[in-house]
Formats: sequence, structure tokens, C-alpha cells
Amino acid sequence: MTSQMLRVAEVEVLTPLVKRFRFEHPEGKTLPLFSGGAHVVVEMEDGETLRRNAYSLISDPQDGSGYEIAVRREDRGRGGSRFMHTKVSEGDPLRVNAPVNLFALDLRARKHVLIAGGIGITPFLAQLRQLTRLQLPFELHYAARSRAEAAGLKLLPQAPMIQVHLSEEGNRLDPGAILAHQPLGTHVYTCGPEGLIVGVEDAAQRLNWPKDVFHSEAFLSPPPGKPFTVTLTRSGLTLTVAPNQSLLEALEAAKVEIPWSCRGGACGRCETEVRSCKGRIAHHDHWLEDAEKSAQTKIMPCVSRFEGEELLLDR
Amino acid sequence: MPCTEFSPSIFTRPVYADLVSRGAAPAIMLADGDGAEALIDLVARDASVMEQAHVMFIPLATNHGARLKALGAPSYHESPSFAACLERFQKALADARMGTSLYLAGTEGLIGQAMALAVAAGLAPGAIQAEHRGSIARRMQCVHCKGVTEAVTTDPFVCSHCGLTLFVRDHFSRRLGAFQGVCVDAETPGIVPPTQEIQP
Amino acid sequence: MTMQFNDETFRDDYTYRNSPEAIRRFPFPFDQDSYMYSVNLEPHAGGREGTPFNKRFDVDEHYVSEMRDRAITLADDPLRCQSLPHMELAGWDFLELVMDSKAEDYPDLFSLTKDGDRWHWVNRPLGIEQRFTFLDPTTLPCGPLEYITRQTQGDHALLDQREGNLWMDAGMVTSQADWSLDFDVGMNFFEWHAPVPKAHEMGIFQRALKFLLALPLSKPSRRLNWTLTVNPRLDTSPENYHKWGPEKRTVTPENVGAKQHLRVELQTLWRLPRSNAIAFPIRGYLASMEDLTTLPKWGRRLHRVLRDLPDELADYKGFTVNRPMIVDYLSKFDDGVPTSAGIYPDETGL
Repeated sequence: MTSQMLRVAEVEVLTPLVKRFRFEHPEGKTLPLFSGGAHVVVEMEDGETLRRNAYSLISDPQDGSGYEIAVRREDRGRGGSRFMHTKVSEGDPLRVNAPVNLFALDLRARKHVLIAGGIGITPFLAQLRQLTRLQLPFELHYAARSRAEAAGLKLLPQAPMIQVHLSEEGNRLDPGAILAHQPLGTHVYTCGPEGLIVGVEDAAQRLNWPKDVFHSEAFLSPPPGKPFTVTLTRSGLTLTVAPNQSLLEALEAAKVEIPWSCRGGACGRCETEVRSCKGRIAHHDHWLEDAEKSAQTKIMPCVSRFEGEELLLDR
Repeated sequence: MPCTEFSPSIFTRPVYADLVSRGAAPAIMLADGDGAEALIDLVARDASVMEQAHVMFIPLATNHGARLKALGAPSYHESPSFAACLERFQKALADARMGTSLYLAGTEGLIGQAMALAVAAGLAPGAIQAEHRGSIARRMQCVHCKGVTEAVTTDPFVCSHCGLTLFVRDHFSRRLGAFQGVCVDAETPGIVPPTQEIQP
Repeated sequence: MTMQFNDETFRDDYTYRNSPEAIRRFPFPFDQDSYMYSVNLEPHAGGREGTPFNKRFDVDEHYVSEMRDRAITLADDPLRCQSLPHMELAGWDFLELVMDSKAEDYPDLFSLTKDGDRWHWVNRPLGIEQRFTFLDPTTLPCGPLEYITRQTQGDHALLDQREGNLWMDAGMVTSQADWSLDFDVGMNFFEWHAPVPKAHEMGIFQRALKFLLALPLSKPSRRLNWTLTVNPRLDTSPENYHKWGPEKRTVTPENVGAKQHLRVELQTLWRLPRSNAIAFPIRGYLASMEDLTTLPKWGRRLHRVLRDLPDELADYKGFTVNRPMIVDYLSKFDDGVPTSAGIYPDETGL
């Protein structure tokens, strides 16, 4: 992985639950530019544990002076966002990996419709700067429960093609109304809670939109769960995965070589063969096909867990 | 006559299947020759597909027109050739909004040309279906002069534009809607292998 | 040291020549005495001083003449450079990559000054000076991809990444090994590789695609590919096959050493930042059998590789008809002595 040590240059409280972080090179060097929708993996040394969490970049892709992310504190998560909120302050060094984009704009589109829910606004903040710079037609819809919770309000410019939908103020987002009558060549992108993504997908299907113009990024972080044991056939190790640890993190802690990129079940890099499975794999990824999931012959260690007697992996 | 089954030897050759109804959504339907029967079969499976359909048909010396018209599309038009139909087809694409499906049926030449135009107009490949019926003749682009020769049934064949003798390369461009023709006697001018009928 | 540029032709009278220095630095593609397809990708992160692997975009003694040959080809057939409308941003990404790299790697030949988006580019070997606004195509004489690839040796393809595949949606292709950009533009990774024999069954393309989709920023990769060409001709396009095809039959036992060339492609792969596309420069190098056999290790090895190559591959690379003559010629340089590992000749300081 290509990573570098950056310095936390700014921390801003956007809402009680969301903070914005800005990273800069300690010697002021320019960072690689990126494309809208890209994410970085931030490494956090939390005591004994090395956490790596992926966050969408929200800053201007054309601006190499720094990278910015927005982190929502998830108190029921494994601890990464809590670490960012409580232990990271201005001036701290943090290791940040090079940007990777798994949610890029399809530049063939005649028009881009972006639909965000809650913290799912993050990838679109960079995309709308890219679209504006390239002078491409777009509209952005941002849904949040209330004004107080809507971190995006502080980050979005005022513009006629940007609409905010606050359900508390009786202005709920209606995917069907947004997608009706769009011109030929429109692509739709959605990011946010599962319910929103399903809602947009259903509306697109109902309106007979083809699958290839629908793009989504579920905001997936590895869910915590019960501890389980896994045996690695190549390295000959048996490991226990702790409740607040992902299988991938357990492998890394044991110094097992394994490629990764998104750490959110989307990119496929850490796909691992299952040699034997006596029990049930809890697949949480968006990568494996349904048939592969039910066959229990592959697992995505970044997000998936296991319950049962024995799990043998080809690692 | 069902959808033509081609041998699976060619990687870039488009795979055609039976048309599948996307229901009573806006639709542009374009067929030539026996392709009309593919549309008739489609309606037999789901009559609602015609509710908002704009049907364009090029008979190619078949007499399917009356049956096709009787399917009751709000707009039905016959053209004597693809060239004659072109402006109308492009206007239909220009007027279309998201949610419009394109159904193509008939010869590979019609399917290839119409698909290329539709994609250029902004229609997503996922909104386009094609079913092959009728002649297995190929639409060939001469790699040398770039001219397209329609309805090629032999290999090698003579380019109708530049006159070079071309062999049929199993390489298909969806953008051009054509196979590639390459000079067969480039290294040994005048020495041409025996002509064969193209197999499906 | 200032580079000397040859005044030479790649067509008609074929005055192309390699200096002894150019032969020594030739990217010989065989690291053992036999050849089979493989993905063989490695990081493009420099290499031995003086070799073509050392700089990001190698500039050599053939630069000026190669660019002149490209201009002739383009004047005859402008379709050799195409960019589908959505690839313009990738074109700008690539222009920046090349200008940045050349200005840093060859400061005596190229310079680039940036004042925000107002850029000033100087290409001394070609006598070009250009002030333009980055991302504003109206300030360049042509599109960004065409502009920069008229000044960069090798063919270049820009690959759009979407739907878990790569799409060849732009390129500058005037010195190709028998493929047509005009025909292939818009195709995905499997479609444009369709005519390559064997590799599909071997799963080569699935593995290569998986690697490329995950290609990181700032970490380019490279590989070598090769074919044989009669005469030092750059434009071996299918478009002009009926014009250069007859030359393939002019090889005789007397002239095979001078006429038959090994053509090596140094292919590099770069993730482009703003567009998330991949740039795929295919840089060609030509050396005659006479050139190569001046280095005994290469003479021995080339003989063994070409003698033992599967027929299918010789067919695909288009030299079946001349193969016996080539192998017979090379056999005179193969005394059966074992060869050392790796691609570099034994005799040079490289």
C-alpha cells in the first residue's frame, strides 16, 4: 500500500456527531490529486490495536494542498470513529493511504443526479466540485432528518441545482419525483443508509431505468459481533477474532500478508478462499455473488464474520 | 423461425437472445424483414409492451407489415430502407427520456447500425435489446478504406468501396456495428484463397 | 550530456539506424531461452542508469525522426488519433503526467512552468513553445491527448474504468503491431484482446484486468511485449497492410540480418488522478538481427526462442513465412553455450 504520514491541520465540529478533519503534508508538499468519489484509508494506532478506516474525501479533487474527510461518530461501531472524535486533534500525525476510487462518476453521462442521505453526502462533496469545474450538468439532493443533524449544510454551496430535504420540516426526499422525466443519458448515484439506496433503486426500476446507469455506495464499516476462531491453512495459524475487531484486522495483527483496499466489502481485493466451513459465514459484503455467499467457499475478511465450529481459510 | 443461434467462437461477436418485455414503458421498436416476427412473438408474451411503443419497420420484401401494424402501437411506420428510416429513428431517440427502451430485431446490419446510433444519442446499453432474425449476412467494415459493405455472405469478399479482396476477421465493433475486413492478399497480391460461404 | 538526434526515415528508403549505444540499451525482452505469454508486470520505478527503464518516458536518439513519421501518418489518416468525448479529462491528466515527467527527467530538453492554470511548455528538440490554460482545450492547437502524443514516442491508449472493466476510449496509435484504434475504440478489455490466441484460455486477461482495476495512484507498472517486423517500419497498421504487406516477402538469406527487426514494446500503465482512467503508453524499439547479434548472449538466446516458439504464436506475430530463414540466420550465432539469467547483455556496463 502507498501511504504517507500527514499532519492534522484542522478539526472542525460540524454537528454534535460529525467532525471535519483536514490533513496536510508535514512539509507542505502537494498531495496526489484524485477524482470525485475517492476514499482514503486512515490508520489509527489505538493502544495495541491498529485500526484502518476508509473515509470519502470531501475536499476539492483539484486541490493537492490537503485532504479533508468528515467523520460521523458511531458509538456502536468498533471504535475507529470514536478514536477520531476523542483522540485526534490539530497537529497530530496520522498515516493516510493514497486515494482509491470505487465510486467514480461515469463521465459519459449527459446529466448526473446525486442523491445523498445523512453522512452519505461525503463522496458527493468532492464530486460536485469536479462537476462544477468540468461544467457538467448535475443536480444534487441531500436528505437529513433535521437541520441540527445535517452536517452537509455547512459544506454545501448555495446553488439552484442543490436541494436539501429535511424530513423534520416536512420536506421528505421522494426518489420517484426526482427520477421522473430526466433526459436520456442521465446517471443516478446514491450514497447513504441502506433504506435510501433501496428506495432510489426501486424508483429507478419502476421507471424502467437500466441497471448500468445506477451507481451506489453503501457506507459500510465492519460490524462488530461475537468472537470467533479461524484457522489459516498456509500460515498454519489459529486466531481468535475479537468482538470489536474485523477478521482482516485479526489477520493483520498476526502479520499475515493480505491485500486490501476499501476495507468495506466493495473492492474485492481481500477475497479469500474458504477451505472448510462448519458453521455459518455472516457475509456483509457487496462483492461476492449470492451463489458464492450461500456456497460458503469465499469470504471477504474486511467485513464478514463467522459463527460455528470450524473455519479454515487459504491464507 | 426462432432467434438465430451463432457459434460461440467469437469473443467480440454480440450475443443475441429473445427480446424480453419491459412492460408498458415508453419503447422504440425497429425491425427489418423477419425481425417483425420477433416483435410479434414479444407481444404474444406480453401485450402491454405495445402501449407506448413507436414501431418502425423495414419490410425487405417480406409481408409481415399488416400483422405488425395490427399489434396496435400508438405509432407505426414502414420505411423502404434503413436510410429512409434514419431521420425518423434519430428524431425518436432525440425525443426520448430516461425509462425508454429500444427493441431491435432483424438483420445484424440493422442491429449494429441502430445500436451505434442509439448509444451515441445517450441511450444506455442496458436499455437496448436486440434479437437476430433472418439473413446471417454480415456488415463488414474495410479496415483500409473504412467503407462498410452490407450483407456479406462469403469469405473472402470484395470491398464494395475500394475493391480490395478482404477476409472476414472474427472481430466485431459495437461502436461501428460491423465486423472487420482485412486485405487477404496483402503479402502476395493476386493470390486469393477459395471463396467460402459464411457460417453462422 | 546533450542528446544527439538522428535524421532518419521509417518508410520508403528506411534510413533508420541504431548507434552502438542504442543497441546496448535496447530493451531485449527475453530473460530466458524460451518464451510464453505471461502477465509479467513489475513496478515501473526506475531501472539501471542508461536503460529505457530508467526514466518515466524514455527519450532516445530516434525521438525527432519518430515524431516526424507520426506527423506523416496522421496527415494521411487523422483517425489514428481518437478520443471519445468523455475522455478529454483523461487527456489533460496524461498531458500533465508527460510534461511533468519530461521536464523533471530531461531538464535540458524540456521545461514546464505553471502559474496556476496558466502553463508554459518548451520542447527544445522539436522547437515547440506553447503557452496555454490547463483544462481549456481552446488554448491548444488540438485536443490535449493529440497535443502531447505528437511529442511523445510510442503509441498511447487511455482506458476508462467503469462497470468493473476497462474501456479503450481514446488513443494515439500510429506505430502499432497490426491493430486498428479506429476499429477498437470503445471496446472493453476482453473485446480488444479478442484476436490474441491462447491467452484467453490461460486466464491471462482475467488476472491482468483484476490487477489493473486496482492499479494505485503514483505506482505505475510495466511489462515488455515483442513481435517481428520486416524493415524498420513504424506504421505497420492494418489500415496500410496492403501497402506494407508485400515487403514481408522481400526477405532473402542475404538480407535477413539487415531487414528483419525485433520490435519490442515497453508498455507502462499509469493511474490518472482526476479522471481515474489508466494511461497505457506502448513504446516501441526496433533493432535488426544484425544489431542484436553484435551481443553474443542475445544472438544465442534469440535463436533459441524463435526456433522453439509454438507455431500459433509465430502465426499471430505474423512471421511464420520468414521463420525458417530467420532461424537459419540466427543459428550461426548460437554455439550452444548456456546463457546467463536476465535480459541484459554480458558485455556492457549496463
